[in-house]
Order: sequence, then structure tokens, then C-alpha cells
Amino acid sequence: MGAGKVSIRHVHKAYGAFKALDGISLDIQPGEFLTLLGPSGSGKTTLLNIIAGFERPDSGSLMVDEVEFITRPPHKRDLGMVFQNYALFPHMDVFDNVAYPLKLRGIDRASIRSRVMGALETVHMDKLAARRIGELSGGQRQRVALARAIVFEPRILLMDEPLSALDKNLREHMQMELKRLHNRLGMTTVYVTHDQQEALTMSDRIAVLDRGKVIQLDTPQNIYDHPNCKFVAGFMGETRFLPVERRDSGYHLDSRSLRLASEPLHRGANGWLIVRPERLRWAGNAQRDNRISGKVMDIVYRGDSHLVSISLAGDHEISIRHTGSEGKELPVPGQDLELWLTPEASVVVGDAIQ
Amino acid sequence: MTVMVQEVKPAIINNSLLQRSRSLQGISFIGLSLPAAMLVAAVLIIPFSWLAWLSLFDATGNLSTENYVRLLRPAYVESFLTTFKVAGLVTAICVLLGYPVAYLLSQLPQRAAQILMVFVILPFWTSVLVRTYAWLVLLQRQGIINQWLLSSGLISEPLPLVHNMTGTVIGMVHVMLPFLILPLYASMKAIDPVLLRAAANCGASPAQAFRQVFLPLSLSGLSAGIALTFVLCLGFYLTPALLGGGRVAMWSTQIADMVAKFANWGAASALSVVLLIVTGAILGGVNRFMRVSNAWGGKP
Repeated sequence: MGAGKVSIRHVHKAYGAFKALDGISLDIQPGEFLTLLGPSGSGKTTLLNIIAGFERPDSGSLMVDEVEFITRPPHKRDLGMVFQNYALFPHMDVFDNVAYPLKLRGIDRASIRSRVMGALETVHMDKLAARRIGELSGGQRQRVALARAIVFEPRILLMDEPLSALDKNLREHMQMELKRLHNRLGMTTVYVTHDQQEALTMSDRIAVLDRGKVIQLDTPQNIYDHPNCKFVAGFMGETRFLPVERRDSGYHLDSRSLRLASEPLHRGANGWLIVRPERLRWAGNAQRDNRISGKVMDIVYRGDSHLVSISLAGDHEISIRHTGSEGKELPVPGQDLELWLTPEASVVVGDAIQ
Repeated sequence: MTVMVQEVKPAIINNSLLQRSRSLQGISFIGLSLPAAMLVAAVLIIPFSWLAWLSLFDATGNLSTENYVRLLRPAYVESFLTTFKVAGLVTAICVLLGYPVAYLLSQLPQRAAQILMVFVILPFWTSVLVRTYAWLVLLQRQGIINQWLLSSGLISEPLPLVHNMTGTVIGMVHVMLPFLILPLYASMKAIDPVLLRAAANCGASPAQAFRQVFLPLSLSGLSAGIALTFVLCLGFYLTPALLGGGRVAMWSTQIADMVAKFANWGAASALSVVLLIVTGAILGGVNRFMRVSNAWGGKP
């Protein structure tokens, strides 16, 4: 078992006129949990399939531990993979599914038995080893697919939206389990998802993809707090955008100067101020913070909070949560409201990367 | 208390309402299926019973087991074995020829598969009689195949390709092939191609993935196709009669001879009853085997 370093260089892949991958270059460190995040059609699954060997790129290079993999057939790559719909073999039981990679590697029966049971224990499925695949629930299939992918201790584990078929509670539970499993086994993991919450929860780093390009590659915190363009910012959280104008040395929002904690990554003429519900404040300091005023449109009860929607001049809309602990009354629709954004929470982005 | 009474009362009324609706549903079910049941009785059950009844009388009209005892004569036993031999051979050749075709069809892109499928189904649109005579023309002593082989110097004398077992099997394979390919193709189409990727990812070479994943999953369709082909072969008349040239005594040609040459309806009926029972037993056995294999998720 090697280290599990992946280097992708200038990978292009087109289907007719459609560019699925448009010059992707990416380094994945040994042991890293990297998420490929993007909307459908962004090329994230194509890239994963190229790493797995199911697709061959038009050009580019794929190095795994300094060995060129680009033309190596999939069965000689030794990568574990969890498929979107699990792809378990319906004619084998749970044990045989997990044992399959080991049987192909010509391992003796006794070691197969102990390693399969070990992998099934890791995913809490050891009690159901004799079950048929048809008798398992979605969550159980997920675990078996994971056991099959890790049983031969691959240096790299690929996962293609493995949780998308599960319901919300189970999905969140499995996110934590996958994260813990990764910490324990330490194999390089490439995870594909379109779910930003999943990406933020699990990843060491996130590569945000759009139209076959890596838009931003950074830690979850930096991606969320310092997106490098409107696309990335819009993909993360419940983001609203307010247009800001560049005048003299700074940006202006509604003819008021915008106070920023740091020089924005964006240096273009006009930009967008990111407004997210959890970053807005009910109270602020007029000397230090940015003020946003508007009129309450409607209030929706969300269980843990009320979500208050506010309309601003120029037909823009933002929202803020009211949990009851901010020392302010819940407003009523039609009421004028002043909200605050600290300079640290004020981030300006441009339409595209600079 | 009053609240409870209000809750219980409508429940009782609903029970009788639901009961009435259920019995109405039962009546309409019987009413709707009655015409079909009558049709089945008129065209299947009554003629078959009549057939079985006929087989119990000898040529003079007396009740006897003569018709069945006769079937133990060597000529009939041999014909019975020939029938199974031909059916088995034709089915085996159909499997060898049909499996690769079905596999190709299932792997091709939709459009190409549709075009190729036309060639598989095309024979269905042509009369069996026409096709059988076409084979007669191709296979006879002065036929295209023998002439070509002679002129290319591969043989010095025409091969006996027709009016024998060879011709019968060739003709029957041609007729039967679609019956094997179609159910097999349907089951292959249902195999998720991602499973083969998963096998490759586990380390299986394309040949291993085919043998260990694709082949086992296609077996249910294969057994359906084999059963269909084999059973159709058992009762097949036209092609053995024409291409066998009287030398291939199948069970079906015996039945025809009994009626056409000897006008012995009792004996023909006995032959038919035996064929029917054997066919039923084979279908029943295969059906049971398939149910078992389906319950195990397609594993043989």
C-alpha cells in the first residue's frame, strides 16, 4: 500500500461540443479528504470516473504516487469505489459481495473470512453477513458498498454521491460515520457531491467545479467565508447578493460607504455583497458596522427559529433568523427594520474569478 | 363520554359500507373475468378433454388401453427419443448462436440495437413454410451451398444436407433462434451496466466480470429462452416434415401420419396426450426452478 497522492494535470474531456472537463489540474495529498463539489453537469462525476478508469480523457495526465495511470485499465488501479446506487451484486450475499475483491486477488479463504468480517464490523454490518442484497435497506446497502470498497485496503477511496439516495436523518448520521472512518483508516478520499452541507461537514478541502473547471480549491472554512466569486458564494449557504458600487478607494452600498475588514479578493469595478441569514445582526454599532435597512415582508416559523424576509430598495430581498435570544421583539410584516453586518462578516465578490 | 360515542358510531356504519363495497368488487371481478374463462374453456379445456377421451378407444370403438400400449413399441420409443434429441440439439445450437447475439444487442447503443433487432425479428414476419422451402433450395444436392463447395474444391461430392437430421436441425434453428434471443435480450437489458464497472473496480478483468457478474445475472432469461425453445421444438411439425424428408421421425410427424395415413384418431390422440403431459411437466419444472432462482436474487 502506497501513500495515495493524486496529481491531475490539464485534463480535458469533451462529449461532442460539450466540454465536460476543461483543463482540470488538481493535487490531492496523501490521506486527504477532498470533495468535488458542483451542480450537475459541472464535470465532477466525469473527473471521478477518469480517476477510477471508467472514462479516458482526451488529454492530460493522472499520476497516482508518481505513476502514470491515464491508460491503465480500471481493474488494475487498486482503487476502492462507492457507487451512487451502491452497485452491489444482486446474485451474491453480503459476505460474497465484500469478499469479491479479495477473491480476485487470490487471497486464501481464512484471511478472506477474517478481513471480510473485519470490514463488515467497521460498518456495523457483521450480523447481516448472510443476508441477500434484496433484503437490505438503503442505509445497509450503503454500508456494504463501503465495506466492499475498503476491504482490500486501497490507498485511494472514491465516492460518487454515496449518500444521495438516503433520507435526511440517515444521511447526516452517515456523514459523521464516513468522516470518523476516514480519520481512522487514513486513506486518501475523493468524494463527489452536489450537497454543500455534506462537503462542508466532511472535507479537508473542497474543489468547487463549474462547467468543467475548478473555480475554487480551499478548506471548507475559506470556501464558505471567502468565496472567490459569485458562483461559489451562491453555492454555499442561503446566500443573497446585494449590488455594491466601486467609488474612489472603496465600495458603496446604497450610497453608504461599505466597511470591510480586509481588502476583497475581488478588484473589479462593481461587485456583490454576500448576505447570509446567520451573519446578519439585529443590533450593531453605527460607527463600526454596516447598516442595511428594509421592510419586513413575511415571517416563516422554522421550529428552531423564525425566518424573517426583508425587502430592500431596488427589489432585493434578504433574510435573517429570529431565535428569541437576541433581545429584540419578533417584528411584524410591513415594519421597517435596520439590520447590521460587521466588517468581518462583510464580503464582496465579483461575477467571475479575477 | 359523548365524544367517545360520536367517534364509535360512524365506525360501525363504515364497516357495513366497506363490507358491501368489498362484495360488490368480488361480483364485478367474477363478472369481468367470465368471458375470458368461457373462451379458455371453449378453445382449450373442451378440445383437450375430447382428445384425451378419444385416446381411450381403439379402432373398433371399444374402450381400451391399446393406444397407449402401442406407444411402447420400438418405433415409437425411438421416435420419442429422436424428438428429444432434435429438440435438445436445436436448443443447444440456439444457445451457442443466440447468446452472443443477445449480448451484442444489449451492449450496443439504443439506435444500433433497434436496427439489429429488426434482423432478429424479421423471420417472424415471414411464413415458416416459405422459410423452410428457402432452406430446401439452399441445402439440396444442386443447391447453392453444395455448388459453391464443389466449385471451390472443398468437396468432391455433394453433401447430404437435406432430407435428413442435418437439414431438420438447420431449419429448426433458424425458426427457433428469435424465441431464445428475445427473452435473453430482455434479461440482459435489465442488468445494470454499473455492476460491471463495480466488478472492474474490485479488480475483475473484463472476462472475469463477464463470467462472475454478467453471466449469472443473465441465467434467468437464458433458462426462460431454453424452456421456450425446447418446448416449441418438441411439438414442431412443418420443418421436420419438409426438411427431414420422412427420415426424421419426430413425435409430431407421427401424429400427422396417424391421422393422414391411417385415419387412426385414437392413436393420434394418445400421442398428443403424451406430448402434452411431457411438455407440461418440463414447463412446470422450469417454472419452479426459475421461481427458486428469482427468490435467491437470480442466482442459479
